[in-house]
Amino acid sequence: MENQKALERIRNYNGKPVRIMEVCGTHTHAVFQYGIRRILPESVRLISGPGCPVCVTETGYIDEAVFLAEKGAVIATFGDLVRVPGTEKSLAGARAEGAKVKVVYSPLDALEYAKTHPEEQVVFLAVGFETTAPASCLAVKKAKREGVKNFYLLVANKTMDQAYRTLKDSADAFLYPGHVSAITGMGIYRELMREGISGAVCGFTSGEILTALAVILKRLEEGKPFAENCYPRVVTEEGSPAGRALIRETMEPCDAVWRGIGNIPGSGLRLNSDYHAFDARAAFRVPQMHGRPNPACRCGDVLMGRITPDQCPLFGKKCTPLVPVGACMVSSEGTCSAYYKYDMLPE
Amino acid sequence: MDTITLAHGAGGAQTSDLITSIFRRHFDNAYLTSDDAAVLPAPSGRIAMTTDGFIVQPRFFPGGDVGRLSICGTVNDLSCMGARPLYLTCSFVIEEGFPVGELDRIVSSMGETAREAAVVIVAGDTKVAGKGQVDGLFITTAGVGELLPGIDLSGKNAKPGDAVIVTGDIGRHGCAILLARDEFGIEADVTSDDAPLWSAVESVLGHTKDVHAFRDATRGGVGTVLYEIAKESGVGIRIDRGKIPVDPAVGGVCGMLGLEPLYLACEGTMVCFAPADQADEIVRILRKGKYTANAAVIGEVTADHAERVTVRTEIGAETLLPPPGGELLPRIC
Repeated sequence: MENQKALERIRNYNGKPVRIMEVCGTHTHAVFQYGIRRILPESVRLISGPGCPVCVTETGYIDEAVFLAEKGAVIATFGDLVRVPGTEKSLAGARAEGAKVKVVYSPLDALEYAKTHPEEQVVFLAVGFETTAPASCLAVKKAKREGVKNFYLLVANKTMDQAYRTLKDSADAFLYPGHVSAITGMGIYRELMREGISGAVCGFTSGEILTALAVILKRLEEGKPFAENCYPRVVTEEGSPAGRALIRETMEPCDAVWRGIGNIPGSGLRLNSDYHAFDARAAFRVPQMHGRPNPACRCGDVLMGRITPDQCPLFGKKCTPLVPVGACMVSSEGTCSAYYKYDMLPE
Repeated sequence: MDTITLAHGAGGAQTSDLITSIFRRHFDNAYLTSDDAAVLPAPSGRIAMTTDGFIVQPRFFPGGDVGRLSICGTVNDLSCMGARPLYLTCSFVIEEGFPVGELDRIVSSMGETAREAAVVIVAGDTKVAGKGQVDGLFITTAGVGELLPGIDLSGKNAKPGDAVIVTGDIGRHGCAILLARDEFGIEADVTSDDAPLWSAVESVLGHTKDVHAFRDATRGGVGTVLYEIAKESGVGIRIDRGKIPVDPAVGGVCGMLGLEPLYLACEGTMVCFAPADQADEIVRILRKGKYTANAAVIGEVTADHAERVTVRTEIGAETLLPPPGGELLPRIC
């Protein structure tokens, strides 16, 4: 019933053309899985933004991880990163040549592995936004407390708030991520609203996504900036102060390069001076890496919503989920992967 | 005798001791002798024959074990062809040091499942491999079945207009194994659907011989079967998300882990293709069965979108079912 009402509202939208950007990979995946783009009126365009942590991780980061793996460290990582191409090779490639790459489901698993393998040097690849950062912080805090000396983080965590400001001209409103907002709370969206940036926090069921879209369309027609919470069963006004405190306690903001977007000042995280000893870059003297992605890959334009994946010359030909060229095709949350998997219906 | 040793595989007294105390005790039937091959009455019509190997971690899981799996797998492969399962053989490769008590439980489960499925295990073989050469226990079973007359079941036979029927709710085995491995820190009440399905198939074929295909949705799940049949028959398949029976606990786990239940293995669920006008009666018959109470029509065969499987989603849009492969799903059978 809820679906039907929202669906009708969206279908009956007759305002001016609008662009709504979803900035969460899980949303992108859900939008394709439910076929939501197929029911939108022509005047409503949904674009996929840079919300998949693997997709926005630059090539140089993969090169750093490969460097560490080849130095003999055990790389512990979420599975998605293993097949992302680096300049020379992916972690999967390094593994095929004998490097140790271990897929884990949580940074705490990586820490546990380090504790039970004291003869090895374990580096966890800490990527992701506000949702995943606290777990890495917790792992490193625990490592310090327990005196674990063979556990490190290669940090490329990012925060979303500055990204919205950078992307504000790419969309009329954002579909704010559900999980990230559970940590940040609504405060940052109120701030963005005061700067003229609009959006609605959204859950992951078809009903929740349709409802958020219907609300966004209504508020856009009203013409004033807004910050709506359409996922109140999970996202509260204050978010998770404990999660944010963990980040503050162990990390500090830094500039970060986003694949396809470039440097966004203050949008990255790095370990603070109290936790310097756990920084893999320092401990292993990782040289500065200037990753060179495949020049034909247009992941960057896809991430900014400038083109749809099928407009990239590699899409579906040289770049498929089995043989990915760009990160957006590797990650199950990536736009190209979702496009390929759910939308390749023959004419 | 607490653990299996290399001597158990050497062919001497300990081998025969193992055979008598475990295999013969649980499999006992008139055809299982000490001779080199079983001598069997031949069925009157054509026969179907198949073989399959079984490795699963953990070996015991909610709803079954590797022994039950090894019988059901072969029984169901025969059943899919419309063949009444008659005789099975089994071959074991056991790692040195394997607990005898565990072997006994597995073989006992095989005997029990065979009796339930009305098949006899007529021959077997045991090899013991040195420590580290195999991971615990590998079982291979082979089976012979007697084809019912007047039946032509094949993955090539699906036709536009056919109904697509699943014989039960999907993805339970794959989900139960994932949970049993305890890698995700999730607890949910999910039991494998591991079951022999000949009596279900027989009751459907007893009602109508006009069925085009049965296929059991083991590794790769229902989604993989749909793509296989679409390709083999050169047709399209459209399924309706809202009609696919999924246990709520399985649905919950899939939601958390981002898994597609259509790609989780089943070990007691088949996909059936039959003319649409037979579908309701087939479902009605299946729902009376012990293991097929959740049978449902989930879609139809189409002439368009050949070799593709499309999904009518819960909001009424049509999308592609992501083709199988490329996912980092652990091996589960």
